[in-house]
Amino acid sequence: MAAVAAPSVFSGGANVVAVGVLLAEFGMFRQALLRDQVRLYAAQSALISVLAVIVAAARHLPELYVLAGLSAALKVVIVPILLRRLLRGTGRDSGEHGWTDIAGSGALSLASTVLLAIAVAAFGFFSVGALAIRSPVLPVTALAISVSVALVAFVLMIIRRDVASQAIGFFSLENAISLTALVVAAGLPFILEVAFLFDLLVVVVVFGLLIRVHHGRAESLSTADLTSLRG
Amino acid sequence: MLVVIVALLVVPAAAALICLRAPAAAAQAVTAASGVACFGLVLALVPAASRRDLNYLSYLRVDAISVVFLLATGFLYACVAVYCVGYLARARSDPGFSAHSRRFYAGLNLFAWAMLAAPMMSSLALLWVAVEVTTVISALLIAIEDTDGAAEAAWKYVLIASAGLGLALLATVFAYYAGAQVLGQSYNLDFGPLLQVSGQLPHTPVRLAFGLAVLGFGTKMGLVPVHTWLPDAHSEAPTPVSALLSGSLLAVSFYAILRYYQVATAALGPRFPRDVLLVFGVASLLLAALYLLEQRDVKRMLAYSSIEHMGILAIGVSFGAPIALAGVLLHVLAHAAAKGNAFMGAGVIVTKFATKRISQVSGGLDLLPWSGPLFLLSVLALGAMPPFGIFRSEFEIVAGGLASGGNIASAILIVLVTLAFLGLAATTNRMLLMPRAAQVPEPVPARVASGGADGHSPPPALQRGEPSAWMVVPVAAGALALLVLGVHPPAELTGLLARAVHQLSGAA
Repeated sequence: MAAVAAPSVFSGGANVVAVGVLLAEFGMFRQALLRDQVRLYAAQSALISVLAVIVAAARHLPELYVLAGLSAALKVVIVPILLRRLLRGTGRDSGEHGWTDIAGSGALSLASTVLLAIAVAAFGFFSVGALAIRSPVLPVTALAISVSVALVAFVLMIIRRDVASQAIGFFSLENAISLTALVVAAGLPFILEVAFLFDLLVVVVVFGLLIRVHHGRAESLSTADLTSLRG
Repeated sequence: MLVVIVALLVVPAAAALICLRAPAAAAQAVTAASGVACFGLVLALVPAASRRDLNYLSYLRVDAISVVFLLATGFLYACVAVYCVGYLARARSDPGFSAHSRRFYAGLNLFAWAMLAAPMMSSLALLWVAVEVTTVISALLIAIEDTDGAAEAAWKYVLIASAGLGLALLATVFAYYAGAQVLGQSYNLDFGPLLQVSGQLPHTPVRLAFGLAVLGFGTKMGLVPVHTWLPDAHSEAPTPVSALLSGSLLAVSFYAILRYYQVATAALGPRFPRDVLLVFGVASLLLAALYLLEQRDVKRMLAYSSIEHMGILAIGVSFGAPIALAGVLLHVLAHAAAKGNAFMGAGVIVTKFATKRISQVSGGLDLLPWSGPLFLLSVLALGAMPPFGIFRSEFEIVAGGLASGGNIASAILIVLVTLAFLGLAATTNRMLLMPRAAQVPEPVPARVASGGADGHSPPPALQRGEPSAWMVVPVAAGALALLVLGVHPPAELTGLLARAVHQLSGAA
């Protein structure tokens, strides 16, 4: 029986950060307030920037420092601030700061949702092992985790029945793709990475505008009324 | 040619900026001029692209395949820009018209700009960015009418299409991974070099990239089962936007899939990519044909017809034979003209009858002396009746299917296309040929009725006549284009298509 080598400190650290990204995704299921979901999104984005810095230092990829900085500025600071501004005051249960209670907007109970998400994440994690894709910069476990995060983000978008959670589900899907890109495409030209980030900014603004349009007409963030177009 | 390509990027963007500040009359003139100018610029590209690939400024690449899709978008942009003059005229007295028209024209020009930019991007990454930009702009255009239906459709569209494009971004990442294995870590996702080394690419990431690209870009193309946003968005958007969505936007997404198809075919051989496209194509055609049999909303009917035609395109590529690929590329052009015409004709009907409900429309041929017959011709063209372009393209696709041994798939295609035509023809017969007195009233739910007239008040009386000549001229131009494509395509176009087929077949 072949001996299994212990992972290096770099591999272990990278995998721990990647697991943190996955846990943040799971955390979004249980948040009852929109504010907390936005905070978790910011934390998840910060973890990905930390991972980019780790890769930049360990693999001597100086462009990744700049990218990590830009990504953090956008996803940890600008996007959460934009979301806060665009979503403040929406929803019928706005609290003293105008934040919305989105508890109970899941199509399933919380326990069932988490079980489903665990099953989907496990499927993603183990199926990546069969792909035989090797990364030059990160352990392949991080790739498996990134696929799990993407699948759980899809569950979040499908299960939640409020437009804000669906939007944050999409933004966290983008985080999962950033994690995948970090594993298998760390050398992607800087200009293209910047183009992706700028595109994300535009998408956030448009999502925010459409959420406000929806809120203006339905007077809530719920998608329960979005059933008139059928057939 | 660099000047022409840069002008294609600058003219619609400049038109959008001007429209943001200009009064309504100036905005419509600028938009119409921009549309016609862009079509002229695309036509100027045809001779050069028929001979060689055009690469400029590191990030711009135009070849014969690109120009086919640019032609579709350029032609529809020009038609729709002229159509808008009549379409918005009826709302001129509405409060807030000036601001609405500024937003509408700026959005329309930006939408066209993004759709023209996408086929000119040399990098798969920038292609993805351009397609994503088309999504966000068109989502805002769908919501611009500010009705309940428009808000619902826009949200579903932006969420589902963005999620699909998330998968397409993953496809881009895996395409980089595959390319970097051969071209090194500094590979910039340029399509040309990737295609050149495609024979050496590792198979697993290429398979992943192709599968994710079909699923991701297929979401925007309207392939079943990721099509669910499409009927809502096409039916609730303003009619000129519906025409662009159906004739151009779906084609741009198909263009992205074709680029991945080229790489996948060269790297993996034809079997895998063709099988994937055949499955999605047949599913799309089947579902659309069945839904077309029982439609109550004229714009939803045309939306399902778009799904049908996207299925035909996917099946055509899956046949792989050169004549089928020629048919597919011709189909892109003919479908743009026919579906643009059908939506613009439907817009006239909706304006005239103040409803989108098919049961509320009858006697269209009598009441609309020009638009009635033109809409009928558009539907006949969509149903692949000769002598229009879609007859020629579908004939070529089926011929290619039979030539490549796809007898069962060809038979399925013929049966389902006929079924879809039955649905279209029966509905059109009711709207256009049934005498007005024979109309059977049907209870209309209040919610549908409120948003059913494209957000505008009905005309005072149903007298014979056209709402606006501006809404007839572009449809007549589209009918002429369909006739030319079907009877005798110009030699320059056949040369362009031949080179594009050569490239798609992997021979270039």
